[in-house]
Amino acid sequence: MKIKPLQIIAHIILILGVLLMVVPIWISFASSSHDSVTILTEGMKFHIGDQLARNYNEVLNEKGGWSEEVTAAKMFINSFIMALGIATLKVVISAMSAYALVYYRFKLAVPIFWLIFITLLVPLEVRIFPSYKIVSDLGLTNSYTGLILPLVASATATFFFRQFYKTIPDELLESAKLDGANAWSFFIDFLVPLSKTMIAAMFIFMFVYGYSQYLWPLIMTTAEEYWTVVMGMKIIYTESYEGVALPRTAERFAYIILSMIPPVLVVVFLQKWFIKGLIQTEK
Amino acid sequence: MSFLDLKNVTKIYPNGTKAVHETSLSVEEGEFMVFVGPSGCGKSTLLRMVAGLEDITEGDINLDGKLINEVDPSERDVAMVFQNYALYPHMNVYNNLAYGLKNRGIDKETIEQKVNDAAKLLQISDYLQRKPSMLSGGQRQRVAMGRAIVRNPKIFLFDEPLSNLDAKLRIQMRLEIKKLQQKVGVTSIFVTHDQVEAMTLADRLAVINNGIIEQLGTPIEIYDNPKSLFVAGFIGSPQMNFLDGNIKNKTLSAEGFEIKDIDSDFEGEVKLGIRPEHLSQSENSLINLKVDLVEQLGSDNLVYGQLKDKKDFCYRCPGNLTIEKGADLSLNIENNKYYIFDKSTGKRVN
Repeated sequence: MKIKPLQIIAHIILILGVLLMVVPIWISFASSSHDSVTILTEGMKFHIGDQLARNYNEVLNEKGGWSEEVTAAKMFINSFIMALGIATLKVVISAMSAYALVYYRFKLAVPIFWLIFITLLVPLEVRIFPSYKIVSDLGLTNSYTGLILPLVASATATFFFRQFYKTIPDELLESAKLDGANAWSFFIDFLVPLSKTMIAAMFIFMFVYGYSQYLWPLIMTTAEEYWTVVMGMKIIYTESYEGVALPRTAERFAYIILSMIPPVLVVVFLQKWFIKGLIQTEK
Repeated sequence: MSFLDLKNVTKIYPNGTKAVHETSLSVEEGEFMVFVGPSGCGKSTLLRMVAGLEDITEGDINLDGKLINEVDPSERDVAMVFQNYALYPHMNVYNNLAYGLKNRGIDKETIEQKVNDAAKLLQISDYLQRKPSMLSGGQRQRVAMGRAIVRNPKIFLFDEPLSNLDAKLRIQMRLEIKKLQQKVGVTSIFVTHDQVEAMTLADRLAVINNGIIEQLGTPIEIYDNPKSLFVAGFIGSPQMNFLDGNIKNKTLSAEGFEIKDIDSDFEGEVKLGIRPEHLSQSENSLINLKVDLVEQLGSDNLVYGQLKDKKDFCYRCPGNLTIEKGADLSLNIENNKYYIFDKSTGKRVN
């Protein structure tokens, strides 16, 4: 096969892009396997050292915080629960509200849709005080419910589901009606299976969104048992200034690597659906 | 009361468009009724009102002795085949057929038996595990029909189901639909804009224009005896020739010729309709045609040309006659088969 110069250039650009993404992660990973002292004195490392197991073990299990009770493992679990809850509920609620907007032709459907859409302009950070007030009045601070609930409404996902439902031909609904499907079974038997690739894609986005939340959990939680990974990142960085001896650089890298794993796993498991959604339409 | 009874059914859309005007119609049990008309004439709307997919603005629809105006589509026990088939893309053929039965709470063994019977009847048994996207147009068509048959409904509704198929397949499926309907014996309504489909399928057909049934009858009645200018022009291929004329004292004078002793007391401006196939060449000619173009179909020739007044005209003759371009033909109307319509109202007057 003859290779054209254009292809070579294209590949070089792609390879550079890959390196740009992968090298920092590799450096973090390699550095996380050394002694902190080594890194502080010699700089970041490209090769694997011999402290891998020790560093990770320490990061996962060392008790930290003021109460000396919370561990990184617990924070991972918290973040995972929060992201899972946010992603699942966002998808469910968005799919259902889009269903209502598209198929129930009530007069206010369009204004309501735009009202939902406008909330894109008002992210959580902007309305954080009223949100906090409500959650706090409901007595939901320091709970998973409080962490998840204010974030579950999603204009973006509602918009995408709405656009998708609009492309489904009316005959399908009519045919299903004649086959005895009611509103609920049309949603479950038709819209959900038809939009499963869409659901997977939305789930990935929303999971990463939920996982990377920082400000909300920071404000919401006073009990350390509800701390999340991103908050922990801040703690592990500030720790050294308050503290004792050397900054624990190697452990920091280990923590960063660990914190990437859950979202990467979600993407890996759902990417089959995700790509399917991009390349084929099953309509 | 007949099996399906429409009484003064009217449909007005919210934007004020009147799609169907006070239409009354009855369909007997087991009958194959065809609604035919140009697009936008209201034929599909009428069908969809029977199915329950459109609200009825005024009037009553009775099915099997029961008023169904307010009955939910799923409760009407009707089955419909859509123009684009509307197969469920995420289900395999088996589940496409079984879905309606499952919703009715029928047990698994019965469903399996019914689906298999229907699949056998339609020769789709081999594809039961396939998804609709893996089927050809004709197979999809069969699945759509299977989905209708398997429920054993009171009435089949077909909404232009053949229009997405290529010409050859369309003719084949047309035959199959007719055969199937005769075998199953279910009352059917078939909507089409194709007059050949209408003629071949129908026990009776309703020619619809602007939301009104212009004429209702067997295909032959409608072909032989069109009641209005619209029906005469719509049914028959190639189209009937229309000439302007004037009647006075039972004599019709058109451009270049006269017909005496016509069977009508009408006086005034008229349209004279002559079917291309009701003409023949003869010595004592009525019409002189200058030939522009000949289409040879094998069995027939379609001869297109102009009359003296430059009016386009078509004559259909047996395929064994050779007619050259530019020839002058003398034509006569066979057996006085001509139709006269009031020019202002479009009503037949002879």
